[in-house]
Amino acid sequence: MEQNTTATGDVSFLVEKWRDKKGSLIMILHEIQNHYGFVPRDISLQLSKLLDVPLARIYEVITFYNYFKLDPPGKYTISVCLGTACYLKGAPEIVDEIKNLLNIEEGQTTEDGLFHLDVVRCLGCCGLAPVMMINGQIYGKVKRSEVVDILSRYKKED
Amino acid sequence: MEKKVILIKDTGFKSDTTRDIQSLFLKAIRDIGAEESIQIVRAADLGIYNQGVVVKILPDNTVYTHINSDNIDQIVKAVHKGEVLENLLLKDRVEQTRIVLRNCGVIDPENIEEYFSKGGYTSIAKCLFDLTPAKVIKEMKKSGLRGRGGAGFPTWMKWSFAANSFGDEKYVICNADEGDPGAYMDRSVLEGDPHSVIEGMTIAGYAIGAKHGYFYIRAEYPLAIERVENALKQAYERGLLGKNILGSDFSFDLEIRLGAGAFVCGEETALIASIEGKRGTPNPRPPYPTDSGLWKKPSIINNVETLANISAIFQKGGDWFSSIGTEKSKGTKVFAVTGKVKNSGLVEIAMGTSIKDIVYNIGGGVLNEKQLVAVQTGGPSGGVIPKKHLDTPVSYEHLQELGSIMGSGGMIVMDEDDCMVDISKFYLKFCVDESCGKCAPCRIGGYQMLSILNKISEGEGELEDMDKLHRISQAMQKASLCALGQTAPNPVISTLRYFEDEYKQHIIDKKCRAGKCSKLIQYTINPDKCKRCRLCVTNCPVSAITGDREHGYTIDQEKCIRCGRCFEVCKFEAIARV
Ligand SMILES: Cc1cc2nc3c(=O)[nH]c(=O)nc-3n(C[C@H](O)[C@H](O)[C@H](O)COP(=O)(O)O)c2cc1C
Ligand code: SF4
Ligand code: FES
Repeated sequence: MEQNTTATGDVSFLVEKWRDKKGSLIMILHEIQNHYGFVPRDISLQLSKLLDVPLARIYEVITFYNYFKLDPPGKYTISVCLGTACYLKGAPEIVDEIKNLLNIEEGQTTEDGLFHLDVVRCLGCCGLAPVMMINGQIYGKVKRSEVVDILSRYKKED
Repeated sequence: MEKKVILIKDTGFKSDTTRDIQSLFLKAIRDIGAEESIQIVRAADLGIYNQGVVVKILPDNTVYTHINSDNIDQIVKAVHKGEVLENLLLKDRVEQTRIVLRNCGVIDPENIEEYFSKGGYTSIAKCLFDLTPAKVIKEMKKSGLRGRGGAGFPTWMKWSFAANSFGDEKYVICNADEGDPGAYMDRSVLEGDPHSVIEGMTIAGYAIGAKHGYFYIRAEYPLAIERVENALKQAYERGLLGKNILGSDFSFDLEIRLGAGAFVCGEETALIASIEGKRGTPNPRPPYPTDSGLWKKPSIINNVETLANISAIFQKGGDWFSSIGTEKSKGTKVFAVTGKVKNSGLVEIAMGTSIKDIVYNIGGGVLNEKQLVAVQTGGPSGGVIPKKHLDTPVSYEHLQELGSIMGSGGMIVMDEDDCMVDISKFYLKFCVDESCGKCAPCRIGGYQMLSILNKISEGEGELEDMDKLHRISQAMQKASLCALGQTAPNPVISTLRYFEDEYKQHIIDKKCRAGKCSKLIQYTINPDKCKRCRLCVTNCPVSAITGDREHGYTIDQEKCIRCGRCFEVCKFEAIARV
């Protein structure tokens, strides 16, 4: 599936909301990403005009911060914790297994747009390590052999 | 709202108790319609023994013991409302001292009245009406509080620099970027007691003469952000923020700014750049933020935990605070104790408590009765403390002596299955990934060190590599622009210091004791134990296991990718890892 990275919408109200605040670019980008799930190029272009800052400067900021995404996320975001506790308890194997099963790397989305794989750091439930989360649902003490089953539940649901 | 998880300890396959308890919990959740917000998970082991049926609530880490069917409705309701049931709580064997976490899990963080009921906002009133800013700083000096964000700089001194800086536009910044990948205490404080941090910031503002402050919170902490937003709103409504606080002539405004997933933004100058809406790259110091910080105005940056201590200090006095702890480290420290420990969770202890007490008496000891090898503190900027130093009291000075640091509060227990080369690789890789690339020592040095560690873990290391690691470390420590690069080699230096033999094993014997470095291990099948069940054959992803029922099976070492799957699935321990 060709991913749609364009978007329409008017973000002038956002710019207005932050008009009187200094250094607001990052906060505006957060609001955009919250709305679209990523920062669409068209919107950045619009923002560049509204704020009267060069597009390059906006991209400089977007690309510096890991949190901002330039591509739309998958329907299900798999976040595998690679915090210290999870690392020690075998999280790298879980990441490998998911990569193999879905044929994607970290930060990528499957071709059908169903799954997106992210590695994150410490989800704050180290007692359950290794931990992964799919769209907010937490899976703890995950074993490599269980990953197939967990993923297939989402495939079925779809 | 963030989901709560109730973990129920599995009592084993034979007993149906867990299953019964689980269905009772599910029913109780359905009864109050909380299916969306509370999840039930069965856990194989919570590391708590001889305490009857045990449940643990996440992310709060509340543990209830000796539960029976009569308690279940009560527990579910308490979880739903964010309350704690004192009578069912697990009793620790070593006393924790709760100052920072005094209200966490005790009050409803969304209700300012409950914070009032614990004496909340009386400290700011006392400061505004009874103390001059200079006296506030003097009381802070008496308390001996030092920064909890990592470096341990005396808080009063930072405040007094900013107070003496010229200008009437100054800023107070709360560093809630919590970067250590194995720690979550700042998040717990913001989620559990946001008003205490707001009060601390307001007192700081009064002391240095600032009218404005910022919370810099990681975007990955949505619940913390929501709780702080809500708390700010309530504080404004009550006249505890804004113009003429409590009718005094002190005015103070607070706003939230979000981080966006860059570890380096925890560094003061990078954090300032980020609040200014720019790329978060560090700048050389001096000038220090207390002279020229946010928008070039004098600014102080304090950690969440530091700020949560302030109102307690003014409630009970600097003398009270300094009576807790050691000579140079006053008060308490919160640690996120995790890794191979039975009870992992947040622990707040008086400074001076030994690491051993934390791990064994509060943490319940090492998981699966394995041997403890080391405890890591300070995250990617810290180091390991080997077993022989476990009696060391926790304090800035003692941990530093051992080559580690207090850090922000990660405490990771490591056992015989953890490889020290692998651990240093993990931390160093984190820093290499997070380096902003602005200066060469960090950008290039980190990368070179990581390549050497990779080489060692793959059995390609040479003895002189250890020397090289030392030399590059020194260059990075001396020449990097910010503390990320300066401290990134610490985990490597400290593992080299205490576990040189283990490095040598990798280099000379080409062996990894813990079996973590996949290039250095081999899996073989023991024909005497093998029952020819073929489970490993069907599970091997690269079909490296061949043979037949009559003659037995062997692993083709050329094909084997050392994923360890056969080792995991074999029910007869017939696969050996050497
Ligand atoms: C790379 C790097 C990351 C840091 N991350 C944090 C952090 O996540 N939280 C924090 O409070 N301090 C962090 N610090 C330390 C801060 O720069 C600063 O010293 C601290 O916030 C000061 O507050 P304190 O005096 O109350 O400890 C970090 C420092 C460096 C160099
Ligand atoms: S030490 Fe590393 S993180 Fe710090 S400024 Fe230099 S390159 Fe950036
Ligand atoms: S390290 Fe994974 S949840 Fe903390």
